Amino acid sequence: MGDILLQLNNISVVYSNVIQVLKGVSLSVERGHIVSLLGSNGAGKTTTLKAISGLLKPENGEVTDGNIIYNSVNIQNRAPEDITRQGIIQVLEGRQPFKYLTIEENLRVGTATRPGKPYKEDLEMVYHYFPALVKRKKALAGYCSGGELQMLVIGRALMAHPQLLMLDEPSLGLAPLVVQEIFRIIKKINEEHGTTIVLVEQNANMALQVAHYGYVMENGKIVMEGTSAELSDNPDVKEFYLGMAASGMAKSYKDVKSYRRRKRWL
Amino acid sequence: MKKLSFHPCGNYRETYAEELAIFDTWFGRISLIVFLVLLFGLAPLFASPYLLYVLNNIGIMAIAAIGLNILIGYTGQISLGHGAFFGVGAYAGAILATRLNLPFFVCIPAAGLITAMVGMIFGIPSGRLKGLYLTIATLAGQFIIEYVLIQWESLTKGTMGITLPGPSLFGWDIAGDKAFFFLIFICLTAMTWFAVNIMRSKYGRAFIAIRDNDRAAEGMGIPIFRYKLLSFAISSFYAGFAGALWAYYMVSITTEPFNLGLSVEFIAMVIIGGMGNMPGAIFGATFITGLNELLRFATGALMNVGWIAGMGLNMAPLREFVFGLAIVLFILIEPKGLAELWRIVRSSFRLWPFSY
Amino acid sequence: MDFFLQLLVNGVCVGLLYGISAMGFVMIFKASSVLNFAHGELLALGAFIFLSLITWGKIPVAAAFILTLAGCFLLGFIIERFFLRPLIGEKLIFVIMLTVGLAAMFKGLILLIWGGNLHTYPEFLPPSLEMQLGPIYIAPVYSATLVISIVFLILFGLFFKKSSQGIFMRSVADNQKAALSLGVHVRRVFALSWAIAAMVACMSGIVLGIINGVNVHDLSAIGLKVFPVVILGGLDSIGGAIIGGIIIGLLETFTGGYLSPSLRDVVPYIVLVVILMVKPYGLFGLVEIERV
Repeated sequence: MGDILLQLNNISVVYSNVIQVLKGVSLSVERGHIVSLLGSNGAGKTTTLKAISGLLKPENGEVTDGNIIYNSVNIQNRAPEDITRQGIIQVLEGRQPFKYLTIEENLRVGTATRPGKPYKEDLEMVYHYFPALVKRKKALAGYCSGGELQMLVIGRALMAHPQLLMLDEPSLGLAPLVVQEIFRIIKKINEEHGTTIVLVEQNANMALQVAHYGYVMENGKIVMEGTSAELSDNPDVKEFYLGMAASGMAKSYKDVKSYRRRKRWL
Repeated sequence: MKKLSFHPCGNYRETYAEELAIFDTWFGRISLIVFLVLLFGLAPLFASPYLLYVLNNIGIMAIAAIGLNILIGYTGQISLGHGAFFGVGAYAGAILATRLNLPFFVCIPAAGLITAMVGMIFGIPSGRLKGLYLTIATLAGQFIIEYVLIQWESLTKGTMGITLPGPSLFGWDIAGDKAFFFLIFICLTAMTWFAVNIMRSKYGRAFIAIRDNDRAAEGMGIPIFRYKLLSFAISSFYAGFAGALWAYYMVSITTEPFNLGLSVEFIAMVIIGGMGNMPGAIFGATFITGLNELLRFATGALMNVGWIAGMGLNMAPLREFVFGLAIVLFILIEPKGLAELWRIVRSSFRLWPFSY
Repeated sequence: MDFFLQLLVNGVCVGLLYGISAMGFVMIFKASSVLNFAHGELLALGAFIFLSLITWGKIPVAAAFILTLAGCFLLGFIIERFFLRPLIGEKLIFVIMLTVGLAAMFKGLILLIWGGNLHTYPEFLPPSLEMQLGPIYIAPVYSATLVISIVFLILFGLFFKKSSQGIFMRSVADNQKAALSLGVHVRRVFALSWAIAAMVACMSGIVLGIINGVNVHDLSAIGLKVFPVVILGGLDSIGGAIIGGIIIGLLETFTGGYLSPSLRDVVPYIVLVVILMVKPYGLFGLVEIERV
């Protein structure tokens, strides 16, 4: 592999000193790539992102083992305001806008990592990617639609000039057309700015279409990795995440072997 | 029902009856009985009049604090008007006793009921308001009640105050600290018993559900407004009951003590004692009343120390400072209050020498 | 008619004072959702520090004013750091009772140091601020109040709407987690808002002290009167605080003038209950946007 931007070496995460969520996760993200992180609910995808961005701490979580190396600096268990200033921005799951701020003010919060610097050009850049936001810029975010909000929170993260953008389920609860639009823009951001992107998704199909590389998580561990093409072709991934039986037909629950095969991973 | 002799080291309850039991073990029940016997038997014999006076005050405050604990600790509704409700009870009792010449055993519960009604009126905002908005509404209630007590002179004699007749039971005059000790502590025991039992009934569970998540409680079919009002009513009943008792004990009352400071003291009792814990309210009342007396002594003594008196410093505000400091420290260090400390002490005894 | 006009002007002036007093309160609430019951004591503290500086320290008024503001800024920082920061994320009642406890501590401290008597500042406002509009007389201190409150209102408006730091503060009040994920320094924002609020409180304490004299009990009572004011104006609206202040001020002076002086002090609370029943989020407050 080429130039590694982010490297997780065998990290464990424990919440409240008792609940172990990640059990030795290792992954690496190449500069300029889109890496997708797939897995079912509760697999530990969001926790992995939070471990990187430092947002574990407010939730009483901690990286107890292993290390996270970003730009050849060790960053595990640092404060989020510190990590964001290194250029890692996480877009939280479930669209967390500032409801009482207007769209434009929301975007301005994105400049928190470099206060006092000019931001007008960045606003233009965000409006260029998300033209839908322009006519809503004076509206309170609390009154915007889900699609607009998803664009808003991605745009808000872009305002911070991230080197590494981590998106947590951008497709959550959106109409298929809007999802396609968002993924198209994610791809575009990656190509035009060279922003490295880590993408956590339930919608494995969409995610593998845009990503270069993918990891599959299960039960707090990485169980499979490979390029998007490899993963898309893998019969297990096809069956468990893309919703197709190995033969390409709709999956039959009678097939006990699939259970056994899945069990092998865990 | 089968009673265990030791606490099990886990939750092994199998029936609802076990879940509802107040005492898990015989030891708990017996030690309570022993405590009560000692309290009633020994305290009046050996305590000095001053100590009895302090104990009586603690008993009255504990009744009111239990009421506030039902509202704050169990239902999650913060009230800054409890001191005023206490005053309403005192005045209701005094007025009933002087105007209608009712005997005390009618006056005191009646005062409680009247206060419950007043409390329900001031609980109405809880139908629409939550959290700090409700807190502010009860703050307004505090001031409005204070105003009414002072200004409705035809009824309350305003700042003149009212003097109560001494209570008597079947021709028996209850006078003096010792007689009041029995009256107050019998009331406290009965009221505590009542409160503990409310909390394990359908109503108590509804209160707790509202405290933990009122929306979810509503979704489960609990009419939250009705229950919040009920909680306000019960809590005010306790305040009024205690207030009337206090009025009898103090013989004459004025509007002065029932200010915001008293309300704050009640909340401090609930917090310092431990929210949502019945013995906690009694611990809290003991702590705050004891602290007040201690500080009165300390400041008095300090004033007589040569160099402080020489500097002409007035040490009385030190009380206020220490009182505030106690609240702050408890919140920062042990927010679960004295009840939690008591639990820790108890379990370290129980688990000794193998605490893990 | 003259009586009416004089009451009107007095009411507006008193109301402006309430409004200014409420501004610091609203700032704290806006940034950290803390209901500060120690606000009155902060007012008093500012007034007394200023008093000591100019009477005991013999420092020129302008320098004393700036020193007091700086001192209070620091004090706000300290309060946040040592008392409120450990409570981030705790239940509402603990936060409320903490500020109540702080109020008792401050009050005791002030009484210990300065006693409970009424103190007055030496005259220092230029008499040129005095105004006589027909039959109505406006004392210099009231015109000074008017100027100060308008200046502060504009400054705050600009700060919260335009400056990045102000927008960050609002973002923290709005959604702490999201603000954290974008690199907003949440702890710094809390500390800053307490510092600024304490500063504003001190300033209003000084203004109140110039008008009514400096007395702990009066000033802490005003700290409680802030509640009707902010509820009327909406807990998180600074402009609303001023308007709420004026409405309450008018209400008080008119009740005092026409109905009965004893009703004067309780009227704001009666209005408060009515407002809470009818319009719980005040006249200018945010309606909670709740998406389930």
